[in-house]
Amino acid sequence: MVWQGRWMMAGKWIAGFVLVLGILALGVFAAPLPASAGKADNSIRFAYDQAPENVDPYFNNVRIGVIIGQHVWDTLIYRDPQTNEYKGQLAESWKQIDDRTYEFTLRQGVTFHNGDEFDADDVVYTLNFVSKPENKVVTQTNVSWIDKAEKIDKYRVRVTTKKVFPAAVEYFAGPIVIHPHAYYEKVGPKGQNEKPVGSGPFKVTAYSPGKSITLERNPAYFKASPKAQAKINRIDIRFIPDRQTQLAEILSDGLDFIMSVPKDQADQLQAVPTLQVVSGETMRIVFMQMNILDNTPAPALRDERVRRAINHAIDREAMVKNIVGAGSRALATICFPTQVGCTDEGAARYAYDPAKAKALLAEAGFANGLDLDIVAYRERNQTEAIIGYLKAVGIRTNLRFLQYAALRDVITSGKAMLTHQTWGSFSVNDTSASTPNYFAFRAEDITRDEQVRDLLNKGDNSVDLATRREAYKGALKIIADKAYAVPLYSLPVYYAAAAALDFKAYPDELPRFWEMRYK
Amino acid sequence: MARFVVTRLALALAVALAVSIIAFLLLRLSGDVATALAGEGAQQADIEAVRKIYGLERPVIVQYGEWLWRVMRGDFGTSLYFKTDVASLVLSKLPTTLVLGLSSLVFSLLIAIPLGIIAALYRNSLIDRLALGLAVIGQALPNFFFALLLIMVFSITLRWLPVSGSGTWKHFVMPTIALGYYAAPAFMRLIRAGMIEVLSADYVRTARAKGLPARLVIFKHALRNAIVPVVALTAVQLGFLLGGSVVIETIFALDGLGYLAYQSIANKDFPVMQVVVLLLSLVYVGLTLMADIANAWLDPRIRVA
Repeated sequence: MVWQGRWMMAGKWIAGFVLVLGILALGVFAAPLPASAGKADNSIRFAYDQAPENVDPYFNNVRIGVIIGQHVWDTLIYRDPQTNEYKGQLAESWKQIDDRTYEFTLRQGVTFHNGDEFDADDVVYTLNFVSKPENKVVTQTNVSWIDKAEKIDKYRVRVTTKKVFPAAVEYFAGPIVIHPHAYYEKVGPKGQNEKPVGSGPFKVTAYSPGKSITLERNPAYFKASPKAQAKINRIDIRFIPDRQTQLAEILSDGLDFIMSVPKDQADQLQAVPTLQVVSGETMRIVFMQMNILDNTPAPALRDERVRRAINHAIDREAMVKNIVGAGSRALATICFPTQVGCTDEGAARYAYDPAKAKALLAEAGFANGLDLDIVAYRERNQTEAIIGYLKAVGIRTNLRFLQYAALRDVITSGKAMLTHQTWGSFSVNDTSASTPNYFAFRAEDITRDEQVRDLLNKGDNSVDLATRREAYKGALKIIADKAYAVPLYSLPVYYAAAAALDFKAYPDELPRFWEMRYK
Repeated sequence: MARFVVTRLALALAVALAVSIIAFLLLRLSGDVATALAGEGAQQADIEAVRKIYGLERPVIVQYGEWLWRVMRGDFGTSLYFKTDVASLVLSKLPTTLVLGLSSLVFSLLIAIPLGIIAALYRNSLIDRLALGLAVIGQALPNFFFALLLIMVFSITLRWLPVSGSGTWKHFVMPTIALGYYAAPAFMRLIRAGMIEVLSADYVRTARAKGLPARLVIFKHALRNAIVPVVALTAVQLGFLLGGSVVIETIFALDGLGYLAYQSIANKDFPVMQVVVLLLSLVYVGLTLMADIANAWLDPRIRVA
């Protein structure tokens, strides 16, 4: 008994040790965290789930790369996101000389962040550098159409395209940023990543690859730019891979701005008084492809009645309302409505009609239903809703949820049956950036209709706008009438931000921090 | 003893090699690397260009052989994603992971040793059951879920600790607890079992009979002996903590090796992933080897086995 008592004393001693440790720890942490940034010092703390591999916009293919690119660099042309009107940015004006040649008159008095003056040499060097395949630009689609750039004089440049490329202006207003030639020549993409220098409304003041990047207002930003002079002093961008963590950060006042918030979480955030949730439509369209190639593993899809049945089976409007969320709209053709040449005029429409779908399947000889594979790579909840709709009309599907690269392998090797696809067009507001990808005999075209291909090529390669519109309209009508695919809806993006932040969402998924301010 | 060490060393190297081969193959099985590198929406021609640039058109065995040959000469290659030297990239992330691994280990020992001793002293009592309950929860609760609970309580509700990042020591508190708690039960059970055995040993009875204070008996006589197997387990657990930090680093956005591993898998950055996997497997294998040798040194019977 005596020993039992002694053990107890020792036990109490240990318990005391643990208690002291705990009290010490609490004492240290109990001081609440100071509100260090955000509205207090006119900065925005923003988190994104991916880190760019290289900050140089030509050497990354992630959205955050585009966002940083548009803040740190400038383009020759600027597209007003509200009116879609093109305005001069680094170029004062431009004109098309012939089918393949553009001439730019450049703005004078613009300087880069390192003090270098902007002129024709910068444009010529940048365009010639990025268009050479040996320089290994990652976003080849954005630059492979450029043939060459030539200097006419200090403030005039001529750019030639490899072939007729009507969407050129859209690209000049989007991904084609201009680097300072002397600096870029010296440091290359690697140096531009380590110490980025542009001419944009913000400059990079700190960068820790894979972790964070700090942008500070460029006080010397040229007044004539269609991008507004920044009102925010600083943007602290952190790369936080986990969305739950981002959510926790914004809830605990560790962040002021996050984007691509999943709908269910956005719904919850709406109840938080210190936050605002804004949804905006994006250019990303969602659709289903159906493999009707000669060697298709699903010969049933070669029957137009089966394809029409699938179109009738899915309630797009209900999906938009219940799953996809505000900012989305149902689509009738495979392109984004604001894209030049995109229209659903005259194209067949398939109303939600499960009875009709069943009847069409029965007529095609599938009264007892049909078994198909479906491949998908994102928004799995939406895929599952599609599967539910198909099941209701007798189409039993086997879901193969894959990584993007694996999904593409399945499609391009002709092994896919149904796909649940999405496409963002790189935010290029022209049909040449969307429909042809899936219907002009490119790798992911699993329908291969020659008439559609010829019309799309005509749209891509004509200069006359009316001719282009007519050609795209014809192609989109055939795709819809023959039910080659199932157009579904556009995807919205949800932003969550500090309630005091004044901002507007645009379809190109590009938060414009130069426009934002605190109320 | 020398023969034992050589055999174990060869075995350890074979394990590390096997792990790197499996990692190499698994990455290839989850989709075409060139397509992933070219990004969503790349044209077939772009993908083919990428394939050629990085030599991905060659047979996998040739690619692996070349990689291994270069690694053996100390050339770890260039990251396909970050376009920087893999060795310096990995080295720059190592300190964060080491700090997290070591602090988690210390944390788990700090809770496991007192709890293990108390559980042994009050065997089958309520305290013992409570300690056992804590251990069961620690092993059953997935660490990502525990991490989110910690964030909810300490960051969102109480606002005591920052959610993510690695700027100050406060950033390491929750990751340390989340990771360390998971490792604690194994230590605790081992200490409890060891203490129970030792406390009934003759020399402890002698010490008690001499009239030594309980504190002295427990810490100087009993714990010293009960802790021997814990030393071996510590080595293995440290390897586990370093390798197991992938999830925790991702949740807390700690810029360490685990997060780098996560990024390299997502971006199909196989030169980086290969080196991270190789390094972590070498650390794990190395620590296990050290534990084996330490055990064999302490207990000659093991050398024969």
